[in-house]
Amino acid sequence: MKELIKVEGLSKTFKLSKKQQKIEKTNSTVRRAVNNLSFEAYEGEIYGLLGPNGAGKTTTLRMLATLIKPDSGDAFIDGYSIVKEPDVVRSKIGFLTSELKLEEFFTPNYLFDFFSSLHGIAPEKAASRKKELFSRFGIDRFAEVKVADLSTGMKQKASLAISLVHNPDIVIFDEPTNGLDVITAKVVTDFLLYLKEQGKTVIVSTHIFSLIEKICDRVGIIINGQMVVSGALGEICNGKTLEDRFFDIYLEYEGGEA
Amino acid sequence: MKNNAILTIFKKELARFFKDRRTLIALLMPGLLIYAIYSLMGGAMSDAFMPDEDYKPIVYVAEAPEYLGDILTDALFDVNESKNIDAEKQQIVDGNADVLIIFPENFTENMLAYSPESGMPAPNIEIYYNSSSTNSAMGYQNVVAMLDAFESSMTNKFDINFPVSEDQTFDLATADDMTGMIFSMIMPMLLVMLLFSGCMAVAPESIAGEKERGTIATLLITPTKRSHIAIGKILALSLMALISGASSTLGVVLSLPKLMGGTMEIDGSVYGVTDYAMVALVILSTVLVLITVISIISAYAKTIKEAGTYVTPLMIASMLIGLSGMMGGAAQNPLLYLIPLFNSVQSMIGIFSFEGNLLHVLITVGANIAVTAVGVFVLTRMFNSEKIMFNK
Repeated sequence: MKELIKVEGLSKTFKLSKKQQKIEKTNSTVRRAVNNLSFEAYEGEIYGLLGPNGAGKTTTLRMLATLIKPDSGDAFIDGYSIVKEPDVVRSKIGFLTSELKLEEFFTPNYLFDFFSSLHGIAPEKAASRKKELFSRFGIDRFAEVKVADLSTGMKQKASLAISLVHNPDIVIFDEPTNGLDVITAKVVTDFLLYLKEQGKTVIVSTHIFSLIEKICDRVGIIINGQMVVSGALGEICNGKTLEDRFFDIYLEYEGGEA
Repeated sequence: MKNNAILTIFKKELARFFKDRRTLIALLMPGLLIYAIYSLMGGAMSDAFMPDEDYKPIVYVAEAPEYLGDILTDALFDVNESKNIDAEKQQIVDGNADVLIIFPENFTENMLAYSPESGMPAPNIEIYYNSSSTNSAMGYQNVVAMLDAFESSMTNKFDINFPVSEDQTFDLATADDMTGMIFSMIMPMLLVMLLFSGCMAVAPESIAGEKERGTIATLLITPTKRSHIAIGKILALSLMALISGASSTLGVVLSLPKLMGGTMEIDGSVYGVTDYAMVALVILSTVLVLITVISIISAYAKTIKEAGTYVTPLMIASMLIGLSGMMGGAAQNPLLYLIPLFNSVQSMIGIFSFEGNLLHVLITVGANIAVTAVGVFVLTRMFNSEKIMFNK
């Protein structure tokens, strides 16, 4: 299988304000969010990044999406460096996170056309893509409703559709089902499986074990910014549930202090 | 695709303002409000300070020589003989009378006999009035003017500007000169202030607002170059600021004559097409500078409110620079036209006072475009900076 994502020794450190130092009860002026992290993902697979809150999952995905730059290391998306060729990388990926908001004044219809145009997609092709995605997510009826007036679930679906206007081969989702009702969460989960069927490469970050078990081919466990283990789901679980296996690994990593 | 990205951003920004009724009203409302408020103020001030032309001030006179009483009556005063000075003073306080004139005893004899060389005080006429009453104040002024004229006629040796015919005028200024003087004093300051207000109404909303709402990240995740985002936004915001500025300027120009109680005659037709073209160039380049600078400040700010706070000192500086229009003619040193905003004010002073200098205007526009280009570069760098874009 073709290696579409290759992450090599990514590191990222954030400066801590005095307020953050106080909250985190530390004298250190910096926090290492990601520490020499490496993994790879292949064509047509779903790779899950699993870890507790603050482990560095979101920071890793934001670096892959070129929203922030790594302090050291690099990652290659379909062969393009996130450090040296961020513009090309952006055209190759679809990225969705709760951090990315849609302008509430506009309608899903307008925003889809707007982002299609920014991706340089021809209007006819964009119209066909819009029809397909809006139909799949049931956005058709709400296409002309302002985002501000949509339900949380419908906003998430609209965001999802708009993040995929350019039909990217690589899709990166940060906590894709967070805050969604069970029905919308199921729609999103099914869509991730559909993307896999389409031969897309998907990376998802989550702390929900069941989601990983349901959709992921391979998984990487991140703790304190470090990749503790990465491999096929079956190999990592080794007959146990993912939840049990995760806590084994976590206890081992933390020296028995869970 | 690259050029389309600028156009796409430009159109989206315009749609943001044009499709949103509230934002559109916020843009155009200042012009309407200025017109309404200035007109109302003009009307109110006119009522308060302009006396009724048909009104005859009620004047009480004590010990008046007969010939002066006749002159007062001829001067359209309602002249009454004083009977109780204290009661008449109270009437003036109450607004029931306007002026009380008390001549000293034997006024005429003492006046004719008086010699300044004697060192003695001259005969003194006391005139009581109420300055808070428009009619009383006007009556007082007229009485003083009339008595001054009477005093002058007593020792008349020569006249100044006494017209030999009705159509003789001594002020050789034309109506054009007056318009030029008024425009060059008022318009640069007004335009700078109104354009600044227009820029303030749109730039923080578009840049800091996108950061605050979290939508800037959605834009930055697209393959669009940051420079194209910056250019698209600056162009669209400049257009919006121009519309807002034009609305406000129109409101001011239309309401100024009313504010001045109809005493000001402003005729914009005294300027030619070239003058207006030069003004348009200066305004356009000024808006580009203002929008760019405010956009940079807004990009640094975390919220719209914070952007407003950071921009306030710049607004005060702009107003002070605008005030330089009231301090004489345009600067002659071409190097001064390299200073943004100051160059715009000076160029407008020159144009409005019929001394427009094409070189100065070209230096102004060139300098402003150069500053805008540097600003676009800075804004692009800021869009690329995660510390600035995602500082929470």
